[in-house]
Amino acid sequence: MQTNRDNIAVFSHVSIDYPLKKYTLRAVTDITFELKRGAITALVGESGSGKTTLASSLIRCISEPGRVAEGEITFYGKDGEERLDLLPDPKMRAFRWSKVSMVFQAAQSALNPVLTVREQFTETLEAHGEKLSKEEREAKFSDLLGYVKLDAERVLASYPHELSGGMKQRVMIAFALLLDPELIILDEPTTALDVITQNYIFTLLKQINREKGISMLLMTHDISVVAKFADYVGVMYGGRLMEYGDVRTVFHRRRHPYTAGLIGATPSIIGDISEMKPIEGSPPDLLHLPKGCIFAPRCPRCSDVCLTEEPPMREYGDGSKGKCYFFGEADDGKGN
Amino acid sequence: MEKATEQAKTPLMRLKGINMVFKKPGALFADKNIHVLKDIDLEIGEKEIVALVGESGCGKTTLGKIITGLYRPTSGEVYFEGERVSGTFDKKISSYNQVQFIQQDSYAALNPVRTIYQSLYAPIKTHNRKWSRARIDERIEELMGLIGLLPSAQFLSKYPHQLSGGQRQRILMARAISLEPKLIVADEPVSMIDVSLRLSLLNLMKELNEKLDMSFVYISHDLSTTRYIAHSGRVAVMYLGEIVEVGKIGDVIASPRHPYTRALLQAVPIPDPDFKGNDELPLKSMQLGSLENRGEGCSFFDRCLYADDACRKKFGPVKTETAEVLCCGLDRVPTAPVFEKIIQTEENS
Ligand SMILES: Nc1ncnc2c1ncn2[C@@H]1O[C@H](COP(=O)(O)OP(=O)(O)OP(=O)(O)O)[C@@H](O)[C@H]1O
Ligand SMILES: Nc1ncnc2c1ncn2[C@@H]1O[C@H](COP(=O)(O)OP(=O)(O)OP(=O)(O)O)[C@@H](O)[C@H]1O
Ligand code: SF4
Ligand SMILES: [Mg+2]
Ligand SMILES: [Mg+2]
Repeated sequence: MQTNRDNIAVFSHVSIDYPLKKYTLRAVTDITFELKRGAITALVGESGSGKTTLASSLIRCISEPGRVAEGEITFYGKDGEERLDLLPDPKMRAFRWSKVSMVFQAAQSALNPVLTVREQFTETLEAHGEKLSKEEREAKFSDLLGYVKLDAERVLASYPHELSGGMKQRVMIAFALLLDPELIILDEPTTALDVITQNYIFTLLKQINREKGISMLLMTHDISVVAKFADYVGVMYGGRLMEYGDVRTVFHRRRHPYTAGLIGATPSIIGDISEMKPIEGSPPDLLHLPKGCIFAPRCPRCSDVCLTEEPPMREYGDGSKGKCYFFGEADDGKGN
Repeated sequence: MEKATEQAKTPLMRLKGINMVFKKPGALFADKNIHVLKDIDLEIGEKEIVALVGESGCGKTTLGKIITGLYRPTSGEVYFEGERVSGTFDKKISSYNQVQFIQQDSYAALNPVRTIYQSLYAPIKTHNRKWSRARIDERIEELMGLIGLLPSAQFLSKYPHQLSGGQRQRILMARAISLEPKLIVADEPVSMIDVSLRLSLLNLMKELNEKLDMSFVYISHDLSTTRYIAHSGRVAVMYLGEIVEVGKIGDVIASPRHPYTRALLQAVPIPDPDFKGNDELPLKSMQLGSLENRGEGCSFFDRCLYADDACRKKFGPVKTETAEVLCCGLDRVPTAPVFEKIIQTEENS
């Protein structure tokens, strides 16, 4: 039995809309899942599947004119329970960064180009009413930047354009740690960085997660990164959560046809590459979704029932669940 | 026997001693020289796939542009089918269109105010002045079939912004092959493409290579897709403008020799949660070296765990059993494989 002691946050039937002039775009549809306390949960999905939209809803940073249209988002912090979708704006401002922080997809643009790193760090501390002496502050900054293996003295005095992409990304991670949050959201934190820097940053994040016990939500399109760093994973497609479970179950059992397709289309540097297959067809157009299962037009397992109405979320019993009429059917139990 | 004939054959393209230096205006004193490519030797055979891999900024795109004739190297020689083309390079290559470049950014590469049909029609017409409209249309139809965008009418009337990234990449591919080049340089052709569409583009390139005998230079920082497309080809690992290791891709992955190649391979994430790798990379520092005022010796010196004084002097590549490696301290570099087990398929053995 799950209790909210185990979870740091829970999404319950969350839908998110972008009301545009001519129509309303539903970017996230009826998503329910939990973020386990102390764990790294990844949401993997292709471009446009709704990762950034969903992640930003936690701290009310959805890009305009996006709004949570339905559902509940609850945070279970040290100071008690908080309904994030109902939190008044001023309370949300205090909450953001101190309880939940976010490393944005384009870290470059998240840093203010006319402030040095020291000025940005100081500004955020002051905005949250942290009253530290100058010495305490400097010690804290050095600590954090040392943690992400940066030369604190040099970096604190630098403007963003004086830092490389990998350095900026590490500054953003230090920034996210500034107010000792309980949950960090990482939106594609290493896209556009080379594999060596990527490996380094994820190793560091995992160390932060394990040592400080900070929960993490990682949004990515990279299946291999999920396998290497996450504990739990959700698979998104066309704004829906298609599958959710612990990483080993999701990878080895291949209970959902879309997940199986994604894994089967990801070449590995050491695995068998003779049997790789692309997923035929193209990603869904959110404004013209097919009737029934939205993956049906590309699904190798599709049958008549899939074209009738959207499949319900089916639970498997071991904590894994999936949106498919045949979820787990092909699972012979030996995949592990 | 076979070895001898192979050696006698002139490679499709041969680069010898290529250097590329960009001048950056200095703030106070003289201009800074940014030495982006240093003493590059590389051959590309007929029907061969050669991959260029390495970190961002190591010079992959610059080398790709020299191969295509879009840049003239500061020094060095370029031979196409045995003929020296440096100097007159641009002219020869572009007039015969035997080498085509596929740009990384598919959006920037297509004219936004032209339909896909117009973008495909123009280059074919320019190079086949006598062709009738019907003949060109036939060719376009054939190309659209090859890249798997059918029925073609649905795509040809559209503008670039009306297509998905994957579809735009396919159109670029169609445009590149429309002039039947002998060599295509594809710069990160799939890095911006979703996983579910990536594989079909890679398959398309493999098919063009096998069926139409086109050679490819595949530029990428992703070793997993590189292994997939170039499974029987070669890979050149670049670091700060030098080729530090070149060999058959299967051999390089199975027994990497250069210390940088070893770190690079170890950093590649494996799509299997049970894979236990060592996250501690064999590197002394995370800091990339500088391209300015580079010395004679090894560019990897500051990050190398096996460096010693000899590495500061000039040295050339060393031939090992399976590769050519730019490292003077190979006797100190471990020989143990980075990956315990690699599943070889019949194709890539
Ligand atoms: N401000 C906005 N106004 C209108 N539509 C938007 C806005 N932001 C995002 N969208 C749409 O919402 C959908 C989900 O976008 P989102 O950015 O959440 O996807 P994502 O999974 O993060 O994609 P990526 O991998 O490309 O970052 C897309 O169809 C996108 O076009
Ligand atoms: N026209 C130019 N003028 C000056 N410097 C340049 C020019 N083009 C490239 N450079 C520099 O040359 C180096 C190599 O650049 P290049 O684009 O070839 O790298 P790359 O390996 O393709 O990197 P990426 O993986 O990021 O695409 C970089 O330091 C870059 O800043
Ligand atoms: S519900 Fe049907 S179409 Fe959808 S994923 Fe399952 S089998 Fe495929
Ligand atoms: Mg996003
Ligand atoms: Mg490049």
